[in-house]
Amino acid sequence: MGKMLMKGNEAIGEGAVRAGCRYFFGYPITPQSELPHYLAKRMPEVGGLYLQAESEVASINMVFGAAGAGARVMTSSSGPGISLMQEGISYLAGAELPCVIVNMVRGGPGLGNIAPAQSDYFQATRGGGHGDYHLIVLAPASVQEIVDLMQDSFDLADKYRNPVMLMGDGVLGQMMEPVDLGEEKILSIPEKSWAATGRMKREKKNLINSLYIVPENCEVHNIKLGEKYKLIASGEQRWEEYRTEGAELIMVAYGTAARVCKAVADLCKAEGMPVGLIRPITLWPFPGRRISELAETAKSFLSVEMSMGQMVDDVRLSVNGKKPVHFYGRVGGMIPAARDVFNEVQFILSGGAR
Amino acid sequence: MYEGILIAGFGGQGVLSTGQLLAYSGMVEGKHVAWIPSYGPEMRGGTANCGVTISQQPISSPLVSEPTVLIAMNRPSLEKFENSVVKGGLIFVNSSLIDIRASRKDVGVYYIPANDMAEDIGSSKVANNIILGALIELTGVVTPEAIEKSLKDVLPPHHHKMIPLNLKAMEAGASLVRTGGRQRMADS
Repeated sequence: MGKMLMKGNEAIGEGAVRAGCRYFFGYPITPQSELPHYLAKRMPEVGGLYLQAESEVASINMVFGAAGAGARVMTSSSGPGISLMQEGISYLAGAELPCVIVNMVRGGPGLGNIAPAQSDYFQATRGGGHGDYHLIVLAPASVQEIVDLMQDSFDLADKYRNPVMLMGDGVLGQMMEPVDLGEEKILSIPEKSWAATGRMKREKKNLINSLYIVPENCEVHNIKLGEKYKLIASGEQRWEEYRTEGAELIMVAYGTAARVCKAVADLCKAEGMPVGLIRPITLWPFPGRRISELAETAKSFLSVEMSMGQMVDDVRLSVNGKKPVHFYGRVGGMIPAARDVFNEVQFILSGGAR
Repeated sequence: MYEGILIAGFGGQGVLSTGQLLAYSGMVEGKHVAWIPSYGPEMRGGTANCGVTISQQPISSPLVSEPTVLIAMNRPSLEKFENSVVKGGLIFVNSSLIDIRASRKDVGVYYIPANDMAEDIGSSKVANNIILGALIELTGVVTPEAIEKSLKDVLPPHHHKMIPLNLKAMEAGASLVRTGGRQRMADS
């Protein structure tokens, strides 16, 4: 099959179907509505179920039910809807249920607007819901990568029995790029012996629950979760490097902002400036190990975000005081212009003289 | 080869679909392409625009903040985006609907009465293709053959009868700039 020109939101839907997702529960919100729109048509074609719930609270609890029964299931929304889902997300994490949650981030806080943003980074990587838990958070930067990461999202969710969030923004959802969907693969979805699918003469009941009423038991559960998060944090850090060899200044950016920063790195190369880019693909676990290594050779870092400065905290933790970490951001639905980021890079490299 | 093309006009002028057609044609030719629409709380009759990037190299940023080519289908689009065009770039002005001149002196400006020409050949609906024809004649960003193939791929079969009119519109636009009619290079 040749390449197709696809919108990012549609690519999420097709990628999910190809990854074996057969259940989608959601509620429309811009800028991701093309995704439920696509799946409303596509799911019945593959014998799956598309259901528009009455709210985001209902959607995420339907996800809980389907995941508990062992299905590959997904929901999607944007900022305000994801906020409504936080209680359910915490329950999913507590009950260790694999599922995929898509957040196409828009301008906030509050109702904000429908323009692209990255201001939900803290919510995605720090919890958002209550309790000691982590989501695995993936951040694609192209329509092709969306398709590729959908497969990984469902695989990681099953591997670790953990909710996975795919985080994009309005630009990634609305843009069209050629995608190679590849051959349809025979899927190997792991057996879920823990799923609540009936007693089947097993000795013990399979119970899907996040209630541990006895503090001693709840502590054991939290420690077990903590061990799992440690395993994920050490084994699943992903990133892309661009022109980092010999770079004196390293930009750190993900998603749409990383696309802009790639253009900036190209501009810098044309001007003979040693500037590279680290693009985190996993936002949690954050690819801190590599950034820490680069802090030995690079002279400074610049976090470029569509927020007031959220990921920059993780960059600072990774650099750990070894080198200065700067920040450049646009907010409220505005996208950094390559020229402006370039000027900022020039300002930093020149030692702060404009 | 790199072109960052910004197409802007009223909603309903075929601005977004013209951009998709260009992007698809670039893909047909094996080039790297990206298409990105403006989106927002838009209303009927409001403005619409999209950016199309076509390049031999992988596309770093799909955002067209400094276009090499601007197609202004209406006056607000010319006023809003004229200054963003790179030095030495091209501006196509739909002079059927735009009664002002471009003020830039460092870009090539082509005044094309697209709606009038489209009506002359049969339908004002193909005004965008008049300009598209001029654009590919001057830049060579894609070939007319790639556009024809794309139209066949993208349009449902019952609309294929519209393809000859679309191609005729493109040839009219190409022919206009080939003969130098109604153009004004800013330097001259």
